[in-house]
Amino acid sequence: MISATDLRLTFGKGTPLENPALKGMSLTVNQGEFVTVIGSNGAGKSTFLNALAGEVLVDSGQIIVDNLDVTKLPTHKRAGRVARVFQDPLAGTCEGLTIEENLALAIKRGQRRGLTSAVKRQYMEKFKDSLSSLNLGLEKRLGDKMGLLSGGQRQAVSLLMASLTPSSILLLDEHTAALDPKTAAFVLELTTKIIEEQKLTALMVTHSMKQALEVGSRTVMLHQGQVVFDIEGKDREGLEVKDLLGLFEKQRGLEVDDDSLLLG
Amino acid sequence: MLSNIALYGAIETGLIYGLVAFGIYLSFRVLDFPDLTVDGSFPLGAAVAAVLIIEGWNPWLATGCAVIAGMAAGAVTALLNVKLKILNLLASILTMIALYSVNLRIMGRPNVALLTEETVLTPWYDLDLAYHQVPVLLFVIVVFIALILLWRFMKSETGLAMRATGANARMARAQGIATGAMIVLGVAVSNGLVGLAGALFAQSQGAADVTMGVGVIVIGLASLIGGEAVVTPSSVLRALIACVVGAIIYRLAIAFALNADFLGLQAQDLNLITAVLVTLAIVLPGVRSSIAGKLSRSKA
Ligand SMILES: Nc1ncnc2c1ncn2[C@@H]1O[C@H](COP(=O)(O)OP(=O)(O)OP(=O)(O)O)[C@@H](O)[C@H]1O
Ligand SMILES: [Mg+2]
Repeated sequence: MISATDLRLTFGKGTPLENPALKGMSLTVNQGEFVTVIGSNGAGKSTFLNALAGEVLVDSGQIIVDNLDVTKLPTHKRAGRVARVFQDPLAGTCEGLTIEENLALAIKRGQRRGLTSAVKRQYMEKFKDSLSSLNLGLEKRLGDKMGLLSGGQRQAVSLLMASLTPSSILLLDEHTAALDPKTAAFVLELTTKIIEEQKLTALMVTHSMKQALEVGSRTVMLHQGQVVFDIEGKDREGLEVKDLLGLFEKQRGLEVDDDSLLLG
Repeated sequence: MLSNIALYGAIETGLIYGLVAFGIYLSFRVLDFPDLTVDGSFPLGAAVAAVLIIEGWNPWLATGCAVIAGMAAGAVTALLNVKLKILNLLASILTMIALYSVNLRIMGRPNVALLTEETVLTPWYDLDLAYHQVPVLLFVIVVFIALILLWRFMKSETGLAMRATGANARMARAQGIATGAMIVLGVAVSNGLVGLAGALFAQSQGAADVTMGVGVIVIGLASLIGGEAVVTPSSVLRALIACVVGAIIYRLAIAFALNADFLGLQAQDLNLITAVLVTLAIVLPGVRSSIAGKLSRSKA
């Protein structure tokens, strides 16, 4: 279980470019939940995920991952609990390393690394098994450089890498956004398959409201650094994009009202 | 043509610069950390070894201390960058400048002669070999061992983590790799190798001199880029072999150039020639090494 409580983060504090990105963001995700996250550009979705991963440290608030307070821990000390796939297909893997070397990096995520050979024979079966589940023929190309793969293939491998060892939460930040529609659909399908099979707890940011409702068990919307709505279960069933838009409009409308109250 | 002595001399120096090129490969290529500390850690290694040898230390022990001193210098540069967030290039320049004073302090004067001292080479002269062949034999062994150790290290879990740190730091962190620690370790090992090169150079040349580091970085880069042009560095092993091949080719080319009277070149022209060669290597189309890419303005 992960819980974020009242996270606040302002970029460029004390400068003319001061920009509050998280303004009291709170969210609790239970074991085995698959939460989709939506919100307009600049809503703070990526910042929230970066805060959970440790890439940015929050100014205040608390982040607990499986009973451990990780609020102040740097990324590499959380990596054993937090797995992630980036939006940029080039970001999640090393193009100069081979497929097996990338997987070997991932199989040790969050563990001590010693001086024994990195690519061990006993990993091979596991690597081949998981690669062949992609049906891309990559299990025969373990020694190929990652840079030889297409963006979609690399993103699929990133996903495998993130799920090669257990984690408390899997963070996916628009990980299909940079792919063509067909490849995006393939990677999304793979995502849901892996999450279901391994019963992962996941947080997936998407720009597609349709996608946000189709996959996962719960949807939250962020706006201006806060959760503006959070739906699951019966409320979420049968909900359509236009209902979400309605909710969003209503939320925005409220804000305008708030502002006019303040200004008035 | 080159005399036998000049030929062996070029190979001998080439082998020493092969160690420098290993170090530069580690910092520039693996860690993507442009490190100029080497201009200071090369004479540092020489100074430490020379002073300890004169003190009567075992020459191998003295050489080991030179390696440790080089590693410490590299660690300082890396810590300036990682902990104090000073730009990597600037951090290395600061250490390099500081080392000039440190080296003078260590030696107590601008140079220390070793001609009459027992060095790592001394016992090898008992072998049935020509005088100028002895250093080549010993240095081939040293470079071979260094190459094997480095290669195994790069293939290890920690070595792979270091390569990931240089190639994609964000991804490395997400895999739980302490990228700061990797940079410190890598730059330290890099300068340890350069310290070793300095120590061996002082012992084979019979002196340590505070100015002997000038331009080491450029010669190392020339070796690296040259080697990569000849031996495509498609794997770690090939990249390491390229370092040695490049360094030897470079020294041979220099020896030939100096030997060709019609060119009218003298030893003091070396640094100018090297700088011109490296510049050409970086700007000429066709020389598409990633180092060249990294050092050209378009990327910066
Ligand atoms: N490193 C940074 N430095 C300064 N400001 C930043 C930084 N990262 C994000 N911001 C700002 O914080 C706010 C939230 O950005 P964030 O990237 O979290 O939005 P997002 O919801 O992911 O948007 P998108 O849908 O466009 O990806 C934005 O105003 C953005 O400009
Ligand atoms: Mg974003």
